[in-house]
Amino acid sequence: MLLIRCPYCGDRAEVEFANAGEAHIDRPADPMSLSDEEWAQYLYMRDNPKGLIAERWRHAHGCNRFFNAIRDTRTDRFVTTYEIGQPRPEVTPEQAEEAAR
Amino acid sequence: MSDALTVSRPGFTATPVRGGRRFSLQGRATTLNGTAKALGLAEVPAMLGTAQAGKCTLLRLAPQELLILTDDAGLPGKVTDYLATVPHSLVEVSDRQVGWTLVGERLHDTLAALSPLDMRARSFPVGCATRTLFGKADGMVWRTSEDTFHLEVWRSFAPYIVAMLDAAALDAAW
Repeated sequence: MLLIRCPYCGDRAEVEFANAGEAHIDRPADPMSLSDEEWAQYLYMRDNPKGLIAERWRHAHGCNRFFNAIRDTRTDRFVTTYEIGQPRPEVTPEQAEEAAR
Repeated sequence: MSDALTVSRPGFTATPVRGGRRFSLQGRATTLNGTAKALGLAEVPAMLGTAQAGKCTLLRLAPQELLILTDDAGLPGKVTDYLATVPHSLVEVSDRQVGWTLVGERLHDTLAALSPLDMRARSFPVGCATRTLFGKADGMVWRTSEDTFHLEVWRSFAPYIVAMLDAAALDAAW
């Protein structure tokens, strides 16, 4: 069973959570001034890395809050979870190595 | 209907809770704190905590959300008076949910068959309450005493939960 640490509720089973895509993507302040390419970039283009990714999760069957998490897409190991609004935390090489294990 | 909602197996009993009303209150921390103060508490219960204030029970299910269980009289006037002065969302959800009191020496084995949540006393002490999944139904569980749990699910999930509890209790009794 994969455990995910909700910043509000603590460690819970993965089945309680919903993934909500990549994190830290800001909506452009003035969409009307963007070209179609730039708007498409905001709407559709995602990094899809092999390795560490910052993504949004929602504790759908718990406190119902969104939060951010850093996960390794190869192993599904979570490095850390943090509240919405906080900057993406630094990941040490040791943490990255542990997540890739 | 009352018989259909009761689960009775050796070592496990689920009795539907009759009467009472339920309110879902959402607001910022100051609003939740003010509500707790209006009820005579020092502050709002901590996350996943509960507090008793007269005939009202406050259950902190999320940072911004309180579930308030009351008797048939509903919320005291001093709470609604206070809430009229601050931004908030208050919804009566009495008929949305069905509650059960769970007892019996096979209680833990029965619940463990439905939920991966660790409900031993050291990680889920008396007074702890949280939403989680029971089988495939969203529900709320609250430990009211060492050997008693209070379970609530949405009304349409009730037949499913009763069937699941019955099967799990039968398994646990073997």
